[in-house]
Amino acid sequence: MADNVIELRHVEKVYGTAVKTQVLFDVNLAFEKESFNSIIGQSGSGKSTLLNIIGTLDRPTSGEVLLNGVKTTDLSKNKLAELRNKTIGFIFQFHYLLPEFTAYENVLMPVRIAGTPITEEIKARADELMALVGLTKVKNNLAVNMSGGQQQRTAIARALMNRPEIILADEPTGNLDSDTTEQVYDLLREINRKFKTTFVIITHDRRIAEKADRIVEVKDGRIALDLRK
Amino acid sequence: MLPFKIALRFLKSSLGQTIGIILGIGVGVSVQVFIGSLITGLQASLVDKTIGSSSQITVKMKEDDQYIEDYAEYIAYIETLPNIASVATTLDANSVLFTENKPVIVRGTDLADSDAIYKLSDKLVRGRLPAADYEVVIGESLFAELGYALGDTIDIYNPPTGSGADEHKFVTVVGTFDFQVALTNDTLIVTTIPTVQDILNVGDVVSTVITQLDEVFDSDLDAASIAAFIADDAVEVIDWKTQNESLLSGLNGQTASSLMIQVFVTLSVVLGIASVLAITVLQKSKQVGILKAMGIKDSQASFIFLSQGMILGVFGAITGLLIGLGLLYSFTTFALNADGTPVVPLSIDPGFMALSALIAFSSASLASFIPARKSTKISIIEVIKNG
Ligand SMILES: Nc1ncnc2c1ncn2[C@@H]1O[C@H](COP(=O)(O)OP(=O)(O)O)[C@@H](O)[C@H]1O
Ligand SMILES: [Mg+2]
Repeated sequence: MADNVIELRHVEKVYGTAVKTQVLFDVNLAFEKESFNSIIGQSGSGKSTLLNIIGTLDRPTSGEVLLNGVKTTDLSKNKLAELRNKTIGFIFQFHYLLPEFTAYENVLMPVRIAGTPITEEIKARADELMALVGLTKVKNNLAVNMSGGQQQRTAIARALMNRPEIILADEPTGNLDSDTTEQVYDLLREINRKFKTTFVIITHDRRIAEKADRIVEVKDGRIALDLRK
Repeated sequence: MLPFKIALRFLKSSLGQTIGIILGIGVGVSVQVFIGSLITGLQASLVDKTIGSSSQITVKMKEDDQYIEDYAEYIAYIETLPNIASVATTLDANSVLFTENKPVIVRGTDLADSDAIYKLSDKLVRGRLPAADYEVVIGESLFAELGYALGDTIDIYNPPTGSGADEHKFVTVVGTFDFQVALTNDTLIVTTIPTVQDILNVGDVVSTVITQLDEVFDSDLDAASIAAFIADDAVEVIDWKTQNESLLSGLNGQTASSLMIQVFVTLSVVLGIASVLAITVLQKSKQVGILKAMGIKDSQASFIFLSQGMILGVFGAITGLLIGLGLLYSFTTFALNADGTPVVPLSIDPGFMALSALIAFSSASLASFIPARKSTKISIIEVIKNG
């Protein structure tokens, strides 16, 4: 069996206390190291819930989530924060940059959160990532003074800054035009090859999904299809 | 310190709001500083008018016709007390101006020491203070009434005391004073102690030991230790406080109301900061959610808001001190009486101002605990779901 960086065992998610809505049903799923995966499915099928549970942003109602063999469901809030900082990079549909900071400062933020001193080496890495996403010229712009595509690319550079093993992306191109969408996916793919980062990307764009090594379809809170190339 | 830097950036990015809060705190602090300085100043001037030119702790015999013999010993002890600013002695004789047949009090005092208490040199109208025995200064009104000239000799008559001493003493008028109290101006004659000892035909004795204090409100403590040292039932130690109870209760009332005002000002500043900071948590909940997704810990997130409170507190306190000082400066510079003294007596006490600043800083920090706690409850999921 290949090395699994993410593993879900019997994950269920129920929202609400009075009126209970079950969103995920007995999900068993594993993602291999260095793989490039996409998750598709209709709106409301439970994709985001699943991704948030993988990313420790949310806890499953029952079941286990293992990242690199570590049961995250047992970890404290602080340990989870540390784990997110070091091993997971998030890219959301709405880029979620810190508007008070420049693009460059946003990219450096995960390093600062880790408490690592900003050395010349780290600055060089930030510059390199900004170059990779094509933002060298606007790196000192405040987040709010950039186009949507630029902001999303900043978020990608930020997600990569701490060399996370896993990148979780929830419709990262959801509000970008199709040309930019194509660019962003090519970029993610390139990063996957270059840095051996595991990607799990939610997308509603079948064309994009097909570029992945594996397509997982979620339907009504269950894995309906699991297609590997 | 990342949370601190983030706090600073948050504050900078909404500069208008930040300045508003700082000004709010500043006005609170300046009101506090101003009211505090005003009340303290008023009290100080009232106390000074009441006891500034008189003895604050007085040692005398209980019987009026007795004198203190061991005064040198008492003074030596009193001078060791740290709160004592000055000590002097007086010897009073009830005499008569023989020529005019007018009753007077001839007060001998060691002017070198007692001037610090009576401020006689400030009250001098003409001439000079007595420099040798048998030189006197008298009230300006008495001087005018009797038509004296400086250098005139006056005949002081004292009824015989049984020893058959010479009843007439001749002294020279070398100056006049104005105590702004009619009775004093009309009846007091000030000279040296040996002169009065001669008039009374007594040995080396005085009738009172008089003092002034650095901390006038601690007079009861010093009076108690002086009484304990003297330990003589015939001797009385009189503390100004026991003689000015109504003044004291007035002062206490003022202090209490000033404190109340300051407490309410502080309270409204705290509530103001707390509510504004609570709003900034809401404003920044998206950022907090993003930071948490990137791995910031709850403790760090709350420290962002604590830092905001502290930064606002520091700048608010500084602003308050500046406004307060400005107010005090303009009041003491531009609102003057004809004689150049300020209309409103203000006491500018750096210690009190530092305390006000500290209170503002602490209350701002304290107020920020509420938003800091709130920030730990921000859920990442809620933030990313709601865009
Ligand atoms: N906090 C919540 N409380 C109740 N229901 C929720 C909550 N979050 C999501 N849901 C529901 O769970 C289902 C799956 O949502 P989601 O995972 O966002 O779907 P997708 O990302 O596939 O569109 C939806 O029906 C949604 O309404
Ligand atoms: Mg979704």
